[in-house]
Amino acid sequence: MHPVRRQRLMIVVMIVVGASLAAVLIGMALKENLNLFYEPVRVAAGEAPLGRKIRVGGMVVKDSVVRDTETLQVSFVLTDYSANVLVTYQGILPDLFAEEAGAVTTGVLGEDGVFRAEQVLAKHDEKYMPPEVAKAIEGKHPPDGAAGSY
Amino acid sequence: MANAVADAAQYALAIPELGHFALLLCLPIAALLALLPAIGVRLQLGQLMASAKQLALGLWICLVVAFACLAYAFAQDDFSLALVAQHSNTALPMRYKLSAVWGNHEGSLLLWGLILSCWTLAVAYSPQQLPLATRARVLAVLGGVALGFLMFIIFTSNPFTRDLLGPPLEGRDLNPLLQDIGLILHPPMLYIGYVGFAVAFAFAIAALLEGRLDAQWARWTRPWTAIAWAFLTVGIALGSWWAYYELGWGGWWFWDPVENASLMPWLAGTALLHSLIATERQGVFRSWTVLLAILAFSLSLLGTFLVRSGILVSVHAFAADPARGMFILAFLGVVTGGSLLLYALRAPALSSPNRIAFLSRETWLLINNCILALSLAVVLLGTLFPLLMNALQLGSYSVGPPYFNALFTPLMVLLLVFMGIAPWLNWKHNRIAPMILRRWFIVALCSALVGLACAGWMSARYQQAFSVPAAIGLALASWLALMSLADLGRRLARRGHGLQGLRELAHNYWAMLVAHLGIAVCAVGIVLTSVYSQQQELAMSPGQIASVAGYDFRLQQLRAERGPNYSATLGDFTIARNGVSRQQLTAEKRVYHAGKNVMTEAGIVAGLWRDLYVSLGEPLDDDRNQQRWAVRIYVKPFIRWIWLGALMMATGGLISAFDKRGRTRGVVSATDYAGSGQAT
Repeated sequence: MHPVRRQRLMIVVMIVVGASLAAVLIGMALKENLNLFYEPVRVAAGEAPLGRKIRVGGMVVKDSVVRDTETLQVSFVLTDYSANVLVTYQGILPDLFAEEAGAVTTGVLGEDGVFRAEQVLAKHDEKYMPPEVAKAIEGKHPPDGAAGSY
Repeated sequence: MANAVADAAQYALAIPELGHFALLLCLPIAALLALLPAIGVRLQLGQLMASAKQLALGLWICLVVAFACLAYAFAQDDFSLALVAQHSNTALPMRYKLSAVWGNHEGSLLLWGLILSCWTLAVAYSPQQLPLATRARVLAVLGGVALGFLMFIIFTSNPFTRDLLGPPLEGRDLNPLLQDIGLILHPPMLYIGYVGFAVAFAFAIAALLEGRLDAQWARWTRPWTAIAWAFLTVGIALGSWWAYYELGWGGWWFWDPVENASLMPWLAGTALLHSLIATERQGVFRSWTVLLAILAFSLSLLGTFLVRSGILVSVHAFAADPARGMFILAFLGVVTGGSLLLYALRAPALSSPNRIAFLSRETWLLINNCILALSLAVVLLGTLFPLLMNALQLGSYSVGPPYFNALFTPLMVLLLVFMGIAPWLNWKHNRIAPMILRRWFIVALCSALVGLACAGWMSARYQQAFSVPAAIGLALASWLALMSLADLGRRLARRGHGLQGLRELAHNYWAMLVAHLGIAVCAVGIVLTSVYSQQQELAMSPGQIASVAGYDFRLQQLRAERGPNYSATLGDFTIARNGVSRQQLTAEKRVYHAGKNVMTEAGIVAGLWRDLYVSLGEPLDDDRNQQRWAVRIYVKPFIRWIWLGALMMATGGLISAFDKRGRTRGVVSATDYAGSGQAT
């Protein structure tokens, strides 16, 4: 083969191999690190996978936050006003975390139905509510007594 | 007397109207700037082409007036403006009142426009010897961009909207996260960078329209790109530094979509800068360079879209208004789509005919370019994938940091290896002397030893098991640093005047050296912070001691204090090492009065070798002892090196922008160019 052509062919082959390798690696990494969001009602219905990292978000139920003052273990209940999920977390909660406000947690759902969070995100003010939480509780008004009855 | 006061009050009331008028006036000026010079080029009318200068000046004056009026309204607490009422407060200190001008959606867009007009003005009056037609084309493209952006501001996000129905007495307040020196500086720096890529973009479009793209074009474009890139680097570093001390998590990069939005143009800009060098020196990679220029600016627009449309969840997303998102998306579509179409039509004619040798510097620049492009693709995919899935209603996903770390890290490893080699290679040549290979081998050996020794020492110091990733990371950083310095030594030796030879080296060489050493410094910071940081979260009451990484943090006392617009709880800590009390710091928790927002102000003892970092979590209700707080303590080795490295990179960018040799050479060739232009 003509040397110029051979060089071109080599370059094309290298690009194709490199690109497909990159695509496969990126796809694998993406697949492993996608965290799907579940509303409490879907968690309660058993739709959420166990032992896999997912996100659960909702409103923090009033008076549900319980702190252990020694170990910084904290638990609270997230609700979408249809179902509740008990969440446990070890560590300091973010500044904007508050009862009756939206929060999104990332973690693993245990077989006991308790969600063990590794990360808690809370970002709220008068103007803002996490869109996923807003969607989850859309059109659902807090029925009397439902909140807090986990 | 009373009349005078009333008059003054009336004038003050009229100032926002003046600003509004100036802003509206910008629209026709920008339209003229986009059209007249272009028509002038078409009809070969010198006067029309030259009008671009005055129009650019007019646009700049109008935007300065508009911006100054808005700043005045903020300074005077003019709550009849809805924007001021919602984002400022009478109790806010003056510097934050002024920075509140861009601490919101509308004001930050006005800043974007102002900076664009500054760049346009700079291009219009720059000392570069640009041919009249080229300058006219570039300014017309910038005028078009300004027109689109001004329409966006005026039709969807007008900062001068009045709220006369019920202006509040005090105002709602600026988000306390944004009440900080980092925020005063971060957005302007970032925007100067973002918007600066518009100049490179305009040069690229002008070249495509003209059908002429050569080394001279690259010589004109490169200084603009280098300045923009330097500012973007500083802007990103400031953002990272701000997140570090203000969010109270001790992290410096979160792979947050908003951070990615600024990283993507930076990666494209870095690639562009290097590709421009190859185009300037050897006339190669022309169409690739143009594509990168289009890409860098498109990604800047994409960043603005992601951050400002409200589809992302963050402090940056001020308001969610679908009309705004759609407008920016449409604008992005027109700019990117239009320029890519033009590129597709014109680029084939621009391709470089030269064959390039494998072991030449241009090949290795291209390889590094490919790695940068691949990293860009990784970040782009990770950032857009969740948005795409959400838009297609396929579920609500988020992509975690492990994705980015897993893919970005190996790419950066490759980049560091190649970066060390590229400066040693010659343009065009395909040969490397065996002696040089031997030197590389020695440097590689030294780097490996440095990596092992430093990682060993750090592991002993922080009492951790020996970390292989740390050793590899440090070896790579020292590989880059040593290869760069060895290359410097080689060049000096070749000149043979000893250290006097330092002065003879080109600006561009120094620029590269400083920037590459900056990367090495940054890499050391990233590796050591990631591997050796230690943290502890615990409940503490006064008098209690916590030990982290050999430091004893003692909580001395908790006290209350009132600031201008907040009340705070302060925790005083003393830090001892080996029983000797050395430092003190104060961590703070604030509650802002206006919005009842809670804010953490971390206490930090900064140092070149390590930061000591304490942030207060939350008060713990305890029946026995009221004074008990959750506390987060970090020891972060070498974290300052990350930002120090970024500053070095930015310095390198500025040195290269003001390369005198390049400029004088530019003048000479510009006349040649003009002459040849007439001949054809």
